[in-house]
Amino acid sequence: MAALAFEDVTVRFGAATVVGGASFSVGAGEFVSVVGPTGCGKSTLLNLAAGLLAPSSGRVLVDGVTLAGINRRAGYLFQGESLMPWRSARDNVAAGPEFAGMSRGAARAAAETWLGRVGLAGHGEKYPHQMSGGMRKRAQLAQTLVLDPPVLLMDEPFSALDVQTRQLMENELLSIWQADRKSVLFITHDLEEAISLSDRVIVLSAGPATRPLAEFAIDLPRPRDVAEIRLTAEFRAVEERIWEVLRGEVLKAYRQGEAA
Amino acid sequence: MITLWRLGLAALLLGAWHVGAESGFLSPLFFGHPVKIFAVIVEWFATGEIWRHLAITIAETLLAFASGTLCGVGGGLWLGLSPRTRAVLDPFIMAANAMPRVILAPIFAMWFGLGVASKVALGFTLVFFIVFFNVLQGVREVPPTVLNSARMLGASQRQLLRHVYLPAALSWVFSSLHVSVGMAFVGAVVAEYLGSSAGVGYLILQAEGMFDVDTVFAGIIVLTGCALVLDAGVSVAESRLLVWQPRADAARGS
Ligand SMILES: Nc1ncnc2c1ncn2[C@@H]1O[C@H](COP(=O)(O)OP(=O)(O)OP(=O)(O)O)[C@@H](O)[C@H]1O
Ligand SMILES: [Mg+2]
Repeated sequence: MAALAFEDVTVRFGAATVVGGASFSVGAGEFVSVVGPTGCGKSTLLNLAAGLLAPSSGRVLVDGVTLAGINRRAGYLFQGESLMPWRSARDNVAAGPEFAGMSRGAARAAAETWLGRVGLAGHGEKYPHQMSGGMRKRAQLAQTLVLDPPVLLMDEPFSALDVQTRQLMENELLSIWQADRKSVLFITHDLEEAISLSDRVIVLSAGPATRPLAEFAIDLPRPRDVAEIRLTAEFRAVEERIWEVLRGEVLKAYRQGEAA
Repeated sequence: MITLWRLGLAALLLGAWHVGAESGFLSPLFFGHPVKIFAVIVEWFATGEIWRHLAITIAETLLAFASGTLCGVGGGLWLGLSPRTRAVLDPFIMAANAMPRVILAPIFAMWFGLGVASKVALGFTLVFFIVFFNVLQGVREVPPTVLNSARMLGASQRQLLRHVYLPAALSWVFSSLHVSVGMAFVGAVVAEYLGSSAGVGYLILQAEGMFDVDTVFAGIIVLTGCALVLDAGVSVAESRLLVWQPRADAARGS
């Protein structure tokens, strides 16, 4: 059974149809990436999966059950700033365990461990405004992962990082995923990132009324190193096939932007 | 260098006042005499008479501040989170806020007597609205991603209130501490001045009744000093409470 499934989901904001009849799924333990032109509705799809937004029609299923309200099985890494500015990095990461009833001491210990894993050891006392954009992103990642959610929703999590840190984090994510096989729905506008991480890549159509246009299985061997795998011929071949589809949509979105 | 200029300016003003009073150019009946004013202040502190009055004024200020802040935070959170109640109460709140509340002082004196309670009541009406509107604003301006993130991390409705809305609202309250403490002080002094049996405002009222301008000025100077000390205390509290906020001076450079 799919960990997450969209069945003919439509989202309207007033008169504007943002998502138009989207159907796709993420299998248990599967890593699925969604790529699409900017503004097409990627974050909207994640909000649906998180249960923060209800579809105008159609439904979202979590483990076969129609989702109503917050998706309790999912951890969400937001595209924007989501840390609580009045809490230090450590207390931000400890927030989830605390909400779940863990003692403050235990929650903080768990937070320190995760801060270390995302490369923020020793920065726990800093408040969000004292950290760089990349550090805040990593703190957000730790904040989500400390709860060990079976489903991970990630909205362009690494786009604020420099190339080196980014590859480190991508490899770290892959090893975390490899270890306990979470189901991941990963959004990015970076096609190379999508391919190097995923089992499957979904290409969305340009807005309005976006929906999956094509799906590509990525049969590259695992475990992968995101830097090395990009150099293989298979990778280039897949990339070319996907880009064939994506390019048209990006151009369409670009022209719409110009016209607007 | 700046300090020197300031001291010089103060000396110049005081000197001019003194010379004016000595020469009769500034009638001591209306403008007082700096040396006599100074003598009054010295005597107040020497005999210790002033402490009782200062203590009362400061107690009134702190009580008005505490009660106004507490109710302002409570009311602000309540109405901030229940838009329907807020829509119903909105005109009443606007009216109460628009009312020149100093006018209420005699009524409070009638209800609560000439003691501390009527002074606290006036200060309360001034502080409450400042805090209340700041909390409303704070609740409204919680970033949606922060709120959604807390919900995704499993926060219950109560935990959202405690860990998201309250800190967001308090940051607005803290940033208006100077104003609300100042208002509590103004409320206490004005209420004393309009009818009381103790407090620095009472001293001034008494002296005015006897056309003792020197004592009036002495009282004003003591009040000003007291306000400055309160303000400095607020600044200290502020820097402790708002460590997590980016400071304007930190943003400029460093
Ligand atoms: N609450 C809302 N009300 C009205 N319109 C909205 C709302 N949220 C999103 N939209 C619109 O829906 C469209 C898709 O937005 P969304 O944020 O999902 O795009 P995106 O693909 O994530 O973009 P990006 O790549 O820039 O992150 C946009 O045109 C946006 O203006
Ligand atoms: Mg987005």
